[in-house]
Formats: sequence, C-alpha cells, structure tokens
Amino acid sequence: MIASVTFGEVTLKLLEGFLSTLKIFGLTLLFALPLGLVISFGSMSRFKPLKYLVKVFVWIIRGTPLMLQLIVIYYGPGLIVMAARKAGTSNFFIDLMEKMNNFSAMTMVVIAFVINYACYFSEIYRGGIESITQGQYEAGYVLGMTKRQIFFKVILLQVVKRIIPPMSNEIITLVKDTSLARIITAYELIWAAQKFIKSEGLLWPLLYTGVFYLAFCGILTLLFGYIEKKLSYFRS
Amino acid sequence: MSLLEVRDITKNFGKAEVLKGISFDVEKGEVLSLIGSSGSGKTTLLRCLNFLETPTSGKITLSGETLYDSEEGRNLSDREKRDRRLHFGLVFQQFNLFPQYTALKNVTLAAELLKREELKREKASAAAIKEALEGVRLKAAELLDSVGLSDKADNYPCQLSGGQQQRVAIARALALEPEILCFDEPTSALDPELTGEVLSVIKGLAARKMTMIIVTHEMEFAKNVSDKVIFMDSGVIAVEGTPDEVFGNSSNARIQKFLKSVNN
Repeated sequence: MIASVTFGEVTLKLLEGFLSTLKIFGLTLLFALPLGLVISFGSMSRFKPLKYLVKVFVWIIRGTPLMLQLIVIYYGPGLIVMAARKAGTSNFFIDLMEKMNNFSAMTMVVIAFVINYACYFSEIYRGGIESITQGQYEAGYVLGMTKRQIFFKVILLQVVKRIIPPMSNEIITLVKDTSLARIITAYELIWAAQKFIKSEGLLWPLLYTGVFYLAFCGILTLLFGYIEKKLSYFRS
Repeated sequence: MSLLEVRDITKNFGKAEVLKGISFDVEKGEVLSLIGSSGSGKTTLLRCLNFLETPTSGKITLSGETLYDSEEGRNLSDREKRDRRLHFGLVFQQFNLFPQYTALKNVTLAAELLKREELKREKASAAAIKEALEGVRLKAAELLDSVGLSDKADNYPCQLSGGQQQRVAIARALALEPEILCFDEPTSALDPELTGEVLSVIKGLAARKMTMIIVTHEMEFAKNVSDKVIFMDSGVIAVEGTPDEVFGNSSNARIQKFLKSVNN
C-alpha cells in the first residue's frame, strides 16, 4: 500500500499521542512526589511494624517489573471479582475490586505508575534525609526550634539539593516508561505511531516518536541543570 | 542559691557509664571551663545541660526552678525539652550553621520563629509582628557587628572561614539571649591561626559578664578566662577549683599527667 498520509498529518497524530504521554507523566509526578515522602517517613519510622511493612512493600514494588505491575492492576480486579462471584462472597474489598475493574485503562496506568515511582522516590528521599548530619538537627534543637520547623526550614532544602541528580535520573526514566502503558491498552505516543503500521503500513512514524522523547528529555535535562545551578549558592 | 545547680548527674549509654555522678554550681556571670581528656564525659555533660541527652539520673536546677529531676521519674516531652533548652545556648565544635542561609539569616531564623510564635499567642496585630521582626533583624545585625562580622552579613557559610563561621554561630546563640552559653570545644575544628579570633570573642563575652560553660582543650585560654575550672576524668570530677588551684595542683597525678600531655 502506498502511503497516503503526509508528514504533517503524522506529526499531528503523534502530538495527540504525546499529549497522552504527558498526561501519564504529569499525573504520576503530581501524586508520586508527595506519596514518596510519606513512604520514606514510613520506612524511617521508629515504630518497627510500620517500618517493616513499608520496607516489604517497597521491596515488592522495586523487585518486580513495572510491566507485571501494570498487568496485575489491570487484570487482577476482574479476576478477583469473577472468583468472588463463583464463590458467592461479597464484601467491601470485592466491591472495591468491582469499582476498579470499571476504571479506564488510563486511570489504571496512573495508579500503577504512582505506586511504582513513589517507592523509588521514597528510597531517594530516605537517602537524602539520612545524609544530613545530626548536627543540623541539634543546632535547630538548641535554638528552640520544633521538629517540624527544623525539617521544613533547615533540612528540606538541603535534601532537595542533594537528591536533584538521582531524581532527575528517575524522572527521565519515567518519560520513557510511559510507553509501557500501551500494553494495557492505554493510548500514548507509541500506540499513536503503531496505528500507522496497521492502517497505512508505515514504519517510520514509530521511529519518529524518538524525536519526541529526545526533545522532552532534553528540556527536562536543561530544567534540572537550571535547578542545580540555582541551588549551587550553598554547600551542604 | 546559685544560678545553675547540677546534682549527681549520671548518664549511661547502654552498659557504658559516661557520667558517674557529677555535681557543681555556676554563679551568675561566672565562666566555668571543663577540661579533661577525650572520653572523660565533658561533651556528654554539656549535652545533658542542653537536653540533647537526657541524664540517666540526677537533678538540674536553674534559678531555683527544677529543669530536670530523675526522681520525678518521667521522660520530658518534646515541648518540655524545648522550653528548657531555651535557657541555654550551645556553640558546637563543627559550627553547624545552616548552609542555605546567609550569616544574618542564620542569626535571625530561630529568633524570628520564636518571636512570631510568642506574638501570635498574644494575638498581636500584623503590624506589631512586622515591627518586632524588624527589631530581631536589627539586633542580629548588632550581634554580627559585635563579633566583628558586620561586613559578612550577606555571605553564606561556605563563603566564610572556619573562624568566621564559628563567630556567626556565637552570634546566633546569643540572639536567643540564653542565661547560660555553652561551648563544646569551639576551636577544635579550626586551623591554629583562626582560633585566636574566636577565643577573643569569648573573652569579650566574659568581660561583659556572660555566664558561660566552656569545654576546651586550650589550657592557656581556660587559665585566663575562667573563674572556675573542672577537670573531668572517666566520668567524675577529679579536680575542681580556681584556675590557679587546678593548674597548680601537684597532688593529683592524673591532672599532672593530663597537663603534661596537652602541653607537649
């Protein structure tokens, strides 16, 4: 079949897919960045049961492929609901699974990505927080500051400065991980390109997607470089 | 009644007994130096006074008010520790300035937070709070001036020498107007040529009758500035008295050995 679509038309379609990619990226960051902090506090908790529960959870999430997690979260609820119907049981958990089963693929993708990335972020946060010397806390204490004040006024910015390099790594990985959404039928950039193989027999749009990823990662790299420079006025 | 009365303070870390019953008094306007080899418990004692550590047993009284009494048999809450800490200032060996703030902001930060909290409790107007904070800044600038750093107010800690950082740390501690200012080996992390500028600031404070407790390895300085010297050895007070009594003590073999080793 002879190609009947122009470069401009392909670009527009890919942009559409890219917007969806951006949506997964943006929503994942929006929820995973704060959730990661909560998880890192859990993994540093002095309450041992909570600490180990969180550590096991992080181990499971970091120890299995994101692709597998997507499949579990997408197909799992349906399987559970079916099994429950067969057994005739019904409870709060089954109701929740039923609700989840009706979520859109996009919602499932975001849920899986948020959980996965929050766990990775939590370990980066934990490393950053634990790298701040005890002396900074003690200086705050003897100046009559509360724990909360010390964390937000003294510790946090120093942690941010230290975790920018590993965080930029993770965030750039996230850009490319969004392409995994495709396997549970969530529409994004790769999918938009693959459609041209089926409909027009064109392979080059798929290669063309690389330009979008490269450009976006380039912008992020510049952005992180800028933040690093902004925070270079102090050493810690 | 003395300003500070410390009675039978002990502190154990696990099985290690670091303080084995320390008692002493500090009068208002007095300078007390704590000397002794490392591991003798000087720093731990200072940290107990600043409630960075909680004594295992003993009693601490300030101006007749009981700050800590192990007989009461309960742990202090964060809030109680915070209230008690405000009676004391502490200057650390490693300065511990906040790296992301300028010298001036290091001095004002905690003072501003406290002022704001106090005025909010009194339901002061926004204008009154603003004025009070301006006062805090003015006072901080004066303090920096008094330690000879008025030209460094806008510099960040990484742009300052160790001696300058330590002088900022002293100004920062003074900003909260502590009743007793403690120093934990304030010159031990400094190059020898920088210790003088820090010691002269401390001498200036002594001349203005600031009550101070100083852990130091600078024997000459301790001899000159102190009203009272305590020589600690393995968690107990081995010798206590005026500088002449302690440094001239020839009957105690341990202090003789110690003085000999630091003079070499």
